[in-house]
Amino acid sequence: MFNLVQQRRYYFIFSGIVLLIGIGAMIYSTVTFGSPVRLSIDFRGGSLFIVTFEEPATEPEIRDVYTQFGQEGEIIQQLGDPADNRWQIRAGDLSLAEQTALIAALEEQIAPIDRGQSTFDIVDPSVGQEVTTAAIYAVLAAAAIVLGFIWFAFRRVPNASRYGACAILAMVHDVTITMGVMAFLGIFFGWEVDALFLTAVLTVVGFSVQDSIVVFDRIRENIPKYRGEPYETVVNRSILETIHRSLATQLNAVFIMISILLFGGDTVRQFITILLVGLLCGTYSSIFTAVPLLVAWEKGELPWARKPEATRQSPAAA
Amino acid sequence: MSTFLIIWLVASIIALAATIIMQAERRVVELVLILSLAAFATWVSLPNNPGLYIDINGDGVGEIDRDVEIRQGLDLAGGVQVLLETDLDEGQALPDGALDEARRIIESRIDALGALEPVVQVRGERRIIVELPGYEDPESAVELIQQTALLEFVDFGPAANSLPLLPGTPVETNFEGRPDSEIEDIAEEEPLVPAIEAETVFTGDIIQNADIGFDPTTNEPVVEFSLTPEGRQLFGDYTAANVGQPLGIVLDGILLSAPTISTAITEGQGVITGQFTVDDATQLATQLRYGSLPIPLRVDSTSTIGPTLGQISIEQSIVAGVIGIIVVMAFMLIYYRLPGLAATLALLIFAVINLAIYKLVPVTLTLPAITGFLISVGTAVDGNILIFERLKEELRAGKRIGPAVRAGFDRAWASIRDSNLSTIIICFVLWSFGTTFGAGAVRGFAVTLALGLAINLFTAVIVTRTFLHFLLLPVPEKTIDEQPWLFGLTKKAA
Repeated sequence: MFNLVQQRRYYFIFSGIVLLIGIGAMIYSTVTFGSPVRLSIDFRGGSLFIVTFEEPATEPEIRDVYTQFGQEGEIIQQLGDPADNRWQIRAGDLSLAEQTALIAALEEQIAPIDRGQSTFDIVDPSVGQEVTTAAIYAVLAAAAIVLGFIWFAFRRVPNASRYGACAILAMVHDVTITMGVMAFLGIFFGWEVDALFLTAVLTVVGFSVQDSIVVFDRIRENIPKYRGEPYETVVNRSILETIHRSLATQLNAVFIMISILLFGGDTVRQFITILLVGLLCGTYSSIFTAVPLLVAWEKGELPWARKPEATRQSPAAA
Repeated sequence: MSTFLIIWLVASIIALAATIIMQAERRVVELVLILSLAAFATWVSLPNNPGLYIDINGDGVGEIDRDVEIRQGLDLAGGVQVLLETDLDEGQALPDGALDEARRIIESRIDALGALEPVVQVRGERRIIVELPGYEDPESAVELIQQTALLEFVDFGPAANSLPLLPGTPVETNFEGRPDSEIEDIAEEEPLVPAIEAETVFTGDIIQNADIGFDPTTNEPVVEFSLTPEGRQLFGDYTAANVGQPLGIVLDGILLSAPTISTAITEGQGVITGQFTVDDATQLATQLRYGSLPIPLRVDSTSTIGPTLGQISIEQSIVAGVIGIIVVMAFMLIYYRLPGLAATLALLIFAVINLAIYKLVPVTLTLPAITGFLISVGTAVDGNILIFERLKEELRAGKRIGPAVRAGFDRAWASIRDSNLSTIIICFVLWSFGTTFGAGAVRGFAVTLALGLAINLFTAVIVTRTFLHFLLLPVPEKTIDEQPWLFGLTKKAA
């Protein structure tokens, strides 16, 4: 039988490097933009316009109009096909009256705007603050619920809390890497985190835990079945038995996501990209993080569980 | 009741009765129920569905009568969304019921706009969200929402006593202090009665406080008000000069009452009578105190969405969804063969049940909601994959097909339940996150994903099992050994 768990040191090193790069990106982003990932108007307030002009426009022209309204540091990007003349402009907070005047100025100085293909959003900075707080609560609530759920599902297995802790560590791993990727995309492509990003992250948490649960479930089932085998072997067997399922499920979700990425349009592209990154991470981490961690813990290789108690806890010794 | 519903109901009852009479096995009963459900769901999901109309007692009025339509969210339909927050001073408490009252008033004003299916909802403890599908100008919408009620005391001139001064009569005053907004022109309906012209003497500004009271003789609800010091002077002077004349009290251009001035009112107190109910009087008193809304509201965020963009998004999502689902089905068929066929059929049923529920509940479909549904399709087959991988394992271990299928379903159930439940719980967290500040985007995604996972518990297990049972019926036992490819297995080495 191929021993997947034996190589765990390399997985940990690999994860560590990826995590470090991600954290580095987040630190760079914090220094440059003031937050680990670039925040959208959902979190910090401001204005976000998607403007479709009926005739070609240029970035300096748009910037010029914004400057007249006392705006600075706005991010102007062209969306989709250049022939669409569609622009996304992210800028500071505006009042409704200013919005109306700004739109009028854009139409007057650049080109008429196709209102049917444009959106204009403004968010008060105070709301952004509140959304940030709500988001933090949501993440904490999700973590607590997942921990409780795993503890409940594995309450009859020896060392139930370890399974929970390992699944949570894998989840933290996934979320950190996803955030790191987002930090990169923010630095290089100006991607910003909105309320939907949080949705993607929490969904990733759900999938990540789902994957871990399937493998853990198999371990739970195999422990009494292979009483003579060492824990490591049982765990390895469980991974190999469930790997087909993990990959097949993964593949189907990936089919759907790639289909949305290719054909689903601009609006949900960032959301799906993050979801896809998180999903890949989640499958990787359930096999290469959560389960190897469980084995390392059992064998006393982790800093907080140095004392080997394997003789008492391993079913192999029973 | 439409023809389909009658045929469907009769056919379902006959089929069920037949299974009971023939004491059919459990799988047959399940198949009948599944097909019946699928037929109904397909009918509901059809575009141009005529709607549910059931008249049980035949009186011509439907006991159940509703349209069955996909409800599009603002991001797809286009329109204006405004999030309002109570704007109270530090330490000032929100009066009980004030937010609901504000919501009610905003709703009645919005109705005058004639927007298609406007939404006015209280979100959290301090916010109201207003959605106006098909509307384009956020500024005028906000103006309408925040508009204060205009109370005027009017003089009808020398001919006053010959005029029919009935409550409810429109009054055209010469007061011009109020900015004319575009909205008012839209909202203005053709008056049924010709408007009376009158001269404004004072406006509501002179009122310091107002409260509900009761007329001591008739015991009818009235509104009692007190005046500001300047108001007291003005009011005193005017009433002293016009004893015997009616004084019109006009709210937003409509005559409330026109009491005759019996004596000069110099104490700075007054009463408005006007055939009020207790609720009317309370509302008017509140309006006089705070303007028309019981609490001041400020704009937290606005969103103006062009309708064309949404329609493009819908088309793109449909294309993406159809392609994605076809690829998933192809994968299941190629990788799992015969069981894969059962899963593919179950996936179709999964899709129509989801659609039917969106229409029946109804679930407002936004772009994130559609994405949530598509993601749930991707994960819907997860249950099947768990079962089929198990099935393959059992077959490899040498089990016969019957016990192998049973073991596959039994053993995989715990994993399917646990993993779906954990994601459903996460969806609940997301949903409540979305509720706190009106992020409909997050809510839509959470609702459709959770719904998909819940339906998946049914389709991935019960529906697939039933279909697989009937697909295997005509297959002789030995075929499995001879044709292992039917299950995606390679031939055992002899």
